[in-house]
Amino acid sequence: MMMIFGIPAPLLFGQLLLGLINGAFYAMLALGLSIIFGMLNIINFAHGALFMMGAFAAWVLLHYLGIGYFPALILSPILIGIFGIVLERTLISQLYKLDHLYGLLLTFGLALVIQGLFRNYYGSSGMPYDIPDALQGATNLGFMYLPIYRGWVVIAALVVCFSTWAIIEKTFLGARLRAATENPAMVRAFGINVPRLITITYACGVGLAAFAGVLAAPIYSVNPDMGDNFINTVFAIVVIGGMGSILGSIITGFGLGVIEGLTKVFYPQASATVVFLVMVIVLLFLPRGLFGKTA
Amino acid sequence: MSASATPVALGAARPGLFGFTRAQAVGFLLMLAAIVVLPHVLYPIFLMRILTAALFACAFNLMIGYVGLLSFGHAAFYGMGAYVCAWTLKFWHLDAAAAILLGGLTGGLLGLALGYLAIRRSGIYFAMITLALAQMVYFFCLEAPFTGGEDGIQQVPRGTAFGIFPLHQDMAMYWLVAGIFIAGFLLIHRVIHSPFGQVLKAIRENEPRATSLGYRTMHYKLIAFVISTFLSGIAGATTSVVFGIATLDGVTSARSGDVVLTTLVGGLGTVFGPVVGAIVTTSMENYLAQFGSWVTVTQGAVFVVCVLAFRRGIVGEIAAKLRLSL
Repeated sequence: MMMIFGIPAPLLFGQLLLGLINGAFYAMLALGLSIIFGMLNIINFAHGALFMMGAFAAWVLLHYLGIGYFPALILSPILIGIFGIVLERTLISQLYKLDHLYGLLLTFGLALVIQGLFRNYYGSSGMPYDIPDALQGATNLGFMYLPIYRGWVVIAALVVCFSTWAIIEKTFLGARLRAATENPAMVRAFGINVPRLITITYACGVGLAAFAGVLAAPIYSVNPDMGDNFINTVFAIVVIGGMGSILGSIITGFGLGVIEGLTKVFYPQASATVVFLVMVIVLLFLPRGLFGKTA
Repeated sequence: MSASATPVALGAARPGLFGFTRAQAVGFLLMLAAIVVLPHVLYPIFLMRILTAALFACAFNLMIGYVGLLSFGHAAFYGMGAYVCAWTLKFWHLDAAAAILLGGLTGGLLGLALGYLAIRRSGIYFAMITLALAQMVYFFCLEAPFTGGEDGIQQVPRGTAFGIFPLHQDMAMYWLVAGIFIAGFLLIHRVIHSPFGQVLKAIRENEPRATSLGYRTMHYKLIAFVISTFLSGIAGATTSVVFGIATLDGVTSARSGDVVLTTLVGGLGTVFGPVVGAIVTTSMENYLAQFGSWVTVTQGAVFVVCVLAFRRGIVGEIAAKLRLSL
């Protein structure tokens, strides 16, 4: 058997792949948080709950309406995005003139309500969601077996993350968005509907979370607490990457996932805390984060 | 969060003992009377839950109300205080008072280390950093051998306080808890109304200006954080003595959320708000416990309502109506 640093190669690559998959979720969630923060100046504490709702939406679509995985991948983000629009218009928009901490408290409360309701109706045990037929099985890469679904998750996440980056950096809508982030009053003076732009941004960020939720459904069981397991780590990743950089969130998300995977190989006891340790080191030397611009 | 804080200067022209205004002195005496009378009417155990929750919330309020920093990780200090206290009580057979003090010191030391990192940022970042650091503490407690993992440290004997007062009777325990609460409450009040506290408020209102006046704002924030985490550790430790148990429950982010809610309901930056908030949230948990996860839903709903329509909290609203500083 091939050995690398005294570790069997399949084990090393297996953990690296797991790390990449976790990294894919970190990246998508951190990206959503980052674009929402850019426009709304709030940290969306409900992000984990909306991620979970995305997975549940896919499950409900399959079990009650017989709608499969691939349509759910489109439908669920749209449904949750609409839910996000309702939240933003009715509740979150009330707080823009106040201290940003109130936005945080409000979304935290929303997360509790959403999670509590799902726990009431679905219990905490979790429901299985099968991998779609087209993505079942594994392929031999020569140095390891790659389960096709896992490879698909990484590729889908990369595509979505970089399309988001491209939309924001390269399109006219993105240019408006960036302008409104810089100086909303000025953009408004040019006759651009900034509140609508804010709503669209929130819906897109939430949609990203829901998309990640659907991708996660076949890997982790669909349960009300699935967002919780991710979101605290994602907050640490956002601190590490620094807010305000789209590429920064993507790179940090994937990077930290890989670091976490490698830690599982070399020092498993620290695998749960390594992301937080990295955050501590970054805070000591680069308090603004790796890619952050603002204090 | 300056918008929510009641104007502390209002009616503070002639501060008396501990810096109490007349209205606050009346409130404090009423609270003392309630502490003395209520254990003869209600379950002492229930009252002790309220008192420890109130002390925890008062400690948390010191940061959010007077320094303007929202910590989302105060459970780390509460829970670690509980663990250390329970462990030393059970395995070293320490005196209960010494164990509680040790729990507080643990909270304070941990606060010094984590606070040193967290105060580098403010606002939303401070909240996220404290949340993440507390999550690290949670994972540490999950793995570390001395915490007993999922089981926690159980069947902790209450022992004696100060070598002479046996605590196995609930009323004896109650007076100890009441004494700790009052001492903590007065300490916080004294801190807020000291020149040190004035600098904290200056930092809350305008940090660059405080810096330009020559104050090392970082030091002030860190000292306040350590005082707050010390008292959180004391609160956690006291709870572990009362119930004879210290578990992972004490270090979860849900616990951190609880104390935010308690303080928000009572009134951020008010003197009595955290106490009133503790009464409300502890009773709520008590009566809703039978409905399972409806507790979480209710807590979340209360959060939403408070933030949207009731930002001053119960005591803050009353104080505004009466034009008093409470």
